[in-house]
Amino acid sequence: MSDDVILETRGLTKEFKGFVAVNNVALRVRRGTIHALIGPNGAGKTTCFNLLTHFLEPTRGSIFYKGNDITGSPPARIARAGLVRSFQISAVFPHLTVLENVRIALQRKKRGPSFDFWVSEKTLEQLNSPARELIHAVGLEEFEGTIAVELPYGRKRALEIATTLALDPEVMLLDEPTAGMTHSDVERITALVKRVSANRTVLMVEHNLSVVSTLSNTITVLQRGEILAEGDYASVSKNPQVVEAYLGAGHG
Amino acid sequence: MTQSKTHERVAFGVMVAFFVLAPLVVYPVFLMKVMCFALFACAFNLLIGYGGLLSFGHAMFLGTAGYAAAHSAKVWGFSPEVAIVFGTACACALGGIAGVLAIRRQGIYFAMITLALAQMIFFYYLQAPFTGGEDGIQAVPRGRLLGLLDLSNIWAMYAVVLVVFLAGFLFIYRAIHSPFGQVLKSIRENEPRAVSLGYDTTRYKLLAFILSATLAGLAGATKAIVFQLASLTDVHWSMSGEVVLMTLLGGLGTIFGPVVGALVVVSLENYLAQLGAWVTVVQGGIFVLCVLTFRRGIVGELGRLIRRPL
Repeated sequence: MSDDVILETRGLTKEFKGFVAVNNVALRVRRGTIHALIGPNGAGKTTCFNLLTHFLEPTRGSIFYKGNDITGSPPARIARAGLVRSFQISAVFPHLTVLENVRIALQRKKRGPSFDFWVSEKTLEQLNSPARELIHAVGLEEFEGTIAVELPYGRKRALEIATTLALDPEVMLLDEPTAGMTHSDVERITALVKRVSANRTVLMVEHNLSVVSTLSNTITVLQRGEILAEGDYASVSKNPQVVEAYLGAGHG
Repeated sequence: MTQSKTHERVAFGVMVAFFVLAPLVVYPVFLMKVMCFALFACAFNLLIGYGGLLSFGHAMFLGTAGYAAAHSAKVWGFSPEVAIVFGTACACALGGIAGVLAIRRQGIYFAMITLALAQMIFFYYLQAPFTGGEDGIQAVPRGRLLGLLDLSNIWAMYAVVLVVFLAGFLFIYRAIHSPFGQVLKSIRENEPRAVSLGYDTTRYKLLAFILSATLAGLAGATKAIVFQLASLTDVHWSMSGEVVLMTLLGGLGTIFGPVVGALVVVSLENYLAQLGAWVTVVQGGIFVLCVLTFRRGIVGELGRLIRRPL
């Protein structure tokens, strides 16, 4: 076993009633890389994410994070261990401000659990300046006081990334970070992911192939729950099976 | 963010002034009833308005604390402050048990489990000998506070209720505006996201449930001492419904809403009492009207007008 594999799955399988969403997937994500998970709709990418973070219970198989079996760990514990996910549908706290959104994550990271209902929230103000740094890093400084629900879609995704970053995760799982974005938003988020990936590992589900080709070191192609191909962009994009899966038979 | 506190202070000042001055013109026993229910509604609001959990069995905490306070004051001879603390502690313990059983369920299932538990508690009190069944526990002595202040004096009693109410209110205010309250709000807003940030959301919800149950108990125990009575009315499911009405009418998730809601509902009951069963019809009508036309509740709509949360 090489030490540089930070996240690994063995025989990961998820069956829903009579339907296998993820079938015997062996994924190996190397430390410090950007690893993309691509595939047609229904290939099992998001299910994979849900299994990795234990938002779903795998039917079979196991998940190793830094060499430890985390298959049965509750999702909050997995997050605390440094494996933090984002969601396909923008996951912000809609009626809190941008600053508060980021601060919730910082609060978890810096204070640990917060059961202290007798303490004034003023103590949280010491988290304002690190929160502002993160907000600045994703280009949201002019929206600091804005209620999250009022942000444009692309900005919400940026906020989500800032919130995820606040936990300083070792592995970031990004579920379609550029889905539904305008062209300029896509460029901004791509640059952002590139920038934040410096000291960490990123595993992302992404449909936009130009984003995938720009960012990722390794690509795993899923189809009908199984791994179809794996490698860098150049080799994967020339793989005839992949071309067929994306464009249908008769092309290429 | 700091400027948003000023209007809260003003509103708080208005509320205190109201409860201090109103007994000069309004029947004080009525106002004490309002304050007890206001505290009850505030406690309920902590759970639904800030934790997003609809309990449909909160009467069990109000009633349990009432019975415990009344029984301990009357039969065991506890002084009023000890009786109130004892009643509150009983509600807290019951809140812990009910919370553990209900908290993992969400939405309608959570409401149903709390309702079912409350019904079990109701039928237990109906049968248990110490509650006096249909008669309730009557003629509970008000006693002397700390052995000094004779609570049979209406003004002394009024002052105690006012202090209990304000202390409970401020306690809830602090809980909402604490690091814990911030996590609670995030769970209400988006629970999966809070989980993905590493929060064990179940524990936060459980603590909110227990706090809410405890404060509902404080209201119930105080009420039993004030009215010298603990009866089945306070554990009946319609009481659980009434607190929903108060909170909704005043404004869910607003700080002052439940107080206003309790004032309106208790006033209706008192001043329309001669209508008999029609009070329920009037209440139902108001409920429908509220949901259809001003869903934010009285205080919620007011807050929207002045563009500040109240």
